[in-house]
Amino acid sequence: MKNLWFHLMPYKDLPDDFRDTHPSVWVDINSKLLDAKRVHQHYNEYLDELEYAGQLGFDGICCNEHHQNGYGLMPSPNLIASTLTRRTTKPAICVMGNSLALYNPPTRVAEEFAMLDCMSGGRLIAGFPVGTPMDTIFAYAQNPSKLRERYYEAHDIVMKAWQEDETFSFNGRFNQLRYVNVWPRPVQKPHPPVWIPGGGSVETWRWCAEMDYVYCYLSYFGYKAGEATMKGFWDEMDKLGKDRNPYRAGFLQFVAVGETEKEALELYKESAEYFYGRCLHVNPKWASPAGYQSEATIRAKVQSQVALAAQKSAGPAGAAREWKDILDLGYVIAGDPDQVAERIREVCTNLNVGHLMLLCQFGNMSTDLAKYNTKLYAERVMPQISDLFDDQWNDAWWPQPLSERSLPAEVA
Amino acid sequence: MPETRSLTIRDREVRVLEEGRSDVPVVFLAGIGGVPAWTPFLEALAKNRRVIVPSLPGFPGATEFRHLDSLYDWVVHTLETLELLDEPTFDLIGSSVGGALASEIASLVETQVRRLVLIAPFGVFLEDDPAADIWAQVPGPKSIPNLVCSHPERWDAIWEMPADGDEIEWSLLRTRSMEAAARFLFPFGNTGVTSRLHRIHNSTLLVRGSEDRVLPSAYNAVFAEGIQGPVRTIEIEDAGHLPEIDNPEMLVREINAFLLDQEN
Repeated sequence: MKNLWFHLMPYKDLPDDFRDTHPSVWVDINSKLLDAKRVHQHYNEYLDELEYAGQLGFDGICCNEHHQNGYGLMPSPNLIASTLTRRTTKPAICVMGNSLALYNPPTRVAEEFAMLDCMSGGRLIAGFPVGTPMDTIFAYAQNPSKLRERYYEAHDIVMKAWQEDETFSFNGRFNQLRYVNVWPRPVQKPHPPVWIPGGGSVETWRWCAEMDYVYCYLSYFGYKAGEATMKGFWDEMDKLGKDRNPYRAGFLQFVAVGETEKEALELYKESAEYFYGRCLHVNPKWASPAGYQSEATIRAKVQSQVALAAQKSAGPAGAAREWKDILDLGYVIAGDPDQVAERIREVCTNLNVGHLMLLCQFGNMSTDLAKYNTKLYAERVMPQISDLFDDQWNDAWWPQPLSERSLPAEVA
Repeated sequence: MPETRSLTIRDREVRVLEEGRSDVPVVFLAGIGGVPAWTPFLEALAKNRRVIVPSLPGFPGATEFRHLDSLYDWVVHTLETLELLDEPTFDLIGSSVGGALASEIASLVETQVRRLVLIAPFGVFLEDDPAADIWAQVPGPKSIPNLVCSHPERWDAIWEMPADGDEIEWSLLRTRSMEAAARFLFPFGNTGVTSRLHRIHNSTLLVRGSEDRVLPSAYNAVFAEGIQGPVRTIEIEDAGHLPEIDNPEMLVREINAFLLDQEN
């Protein structure tokens, strides 16, 4: 299996009474809460952490895209990824991803991802999320009724732009581009692996199967809440006659590793409660604009009692905020290295997930603690689980870097 | 109860409800939520007029709308609908979302539309006096009625699910109509109609609920200033954004008086 180290890049100084005094961490979060000098420090520490994870042997390092968001300081994940191409040499660089409908023209994504693939020597994983309503509908004013249509059209443009040898014109419903001929093109042929972060939409599962993309369920609510969704995904793969190769799937999980269980429970409580208490304080009015969810998804969700129950127990409205509940509900897997390894093995086996994305830094966790968590996971957990699936399955969705790559020169 | 028939526009069905008698009919283009059932407002209006209610795309009675992308598509669709009614002339009432389309039609077509009634029409946006964001609402069945009505229980009465209804499909009717409105009005409801209002020469009644929490009163003032024909501006008491739901009695009295004045 593959272990990927995922950063959200949260702002760490949201006040203690944030929940009571501010309506939302997202969209209309008060800009007076932000100190740009702190963000300067955050970026440097967060990039250090990503690079450190790469050094310690994580298979991949991940960044993502959020807008007007107090827990995600990455409106441009490509900027983050570009620095990682220079300061790391081994890990896959997983941009999870670019919300395709937000780029005008979408060839911008084809260009920037191609640049990242060239800069990194073929280490890019290209993530294509639709994006949350907060990011797309409200921060970026995309029409909720057209978002998905635009997303699919943008996807078609990017994929064609990467693979078509000749300059072509794209006469789409939303994009009319007379001359498409992106330079550079990706190192990886025919294109970098494509991973699709999504919710529990049947259409997305089918689309991933049809296109042969990796489906990633990026939930903040851990493996227990993820069970129903991943079961739905695999049931759908069965129906479509696809194999159960665990590398078809990705899953996000918070982890908190200590030398002992007691230490882990003490060390990570504050950061977890900061994340679930403050970072997930999203005004529900942003959550579900009409049109964002397809009618088929609404029908499927309402009909699926399992999915409904999972949503109720784990959705943002009813999410736990106390450390004990966070642990009991499985949002965070905490313990000594052996305990965490055992649980991770169980989770990946049960969910049948070959790409595990780990949040080792969350909330207001200090950089020292984030590195401690990362080191314990890399050195004491990862060796116990890395062999999982590899005797049975081939990861056809992993980057294929150049065998000989240029490295940055030393700076004098 | 009204007579129900169906128009086919570009291979898609559009429901048309009709009731009442008069040579020149009144065509009603509905506001937020549309017309899930014949309403007290339409019933009262049909006592003196022949009332024709074609469904807007995506609103109850016309499921399909995602083939319409631009405002231009929506206006052309509305024009085709009105042409297919096959009435040489009619009075046109447009409320809220339907008001945005009614004003566009009136700015384009001089011959067919006789008098115009606009009830809190969408179409403009004022940065200093912003309209409510109807798409940023807490999920749940109460948010929209509480926003658009002073008497949400009257909305609920209109939206009572038929005995043989399916709960999911019934709730999708509302969601779909909100999405359809977004299709051409998101994010502000600003259609740019101000640059076309000078083409409206019709006698116009501009209506607003005195308790409208969606569109501030300044919005109707923009219409009043831009429309070239004679404009009468009124407020309906005890009514929110959809006075046809909140206070149908007073609204119908005002509409009847306006139409009668123009005829005399």
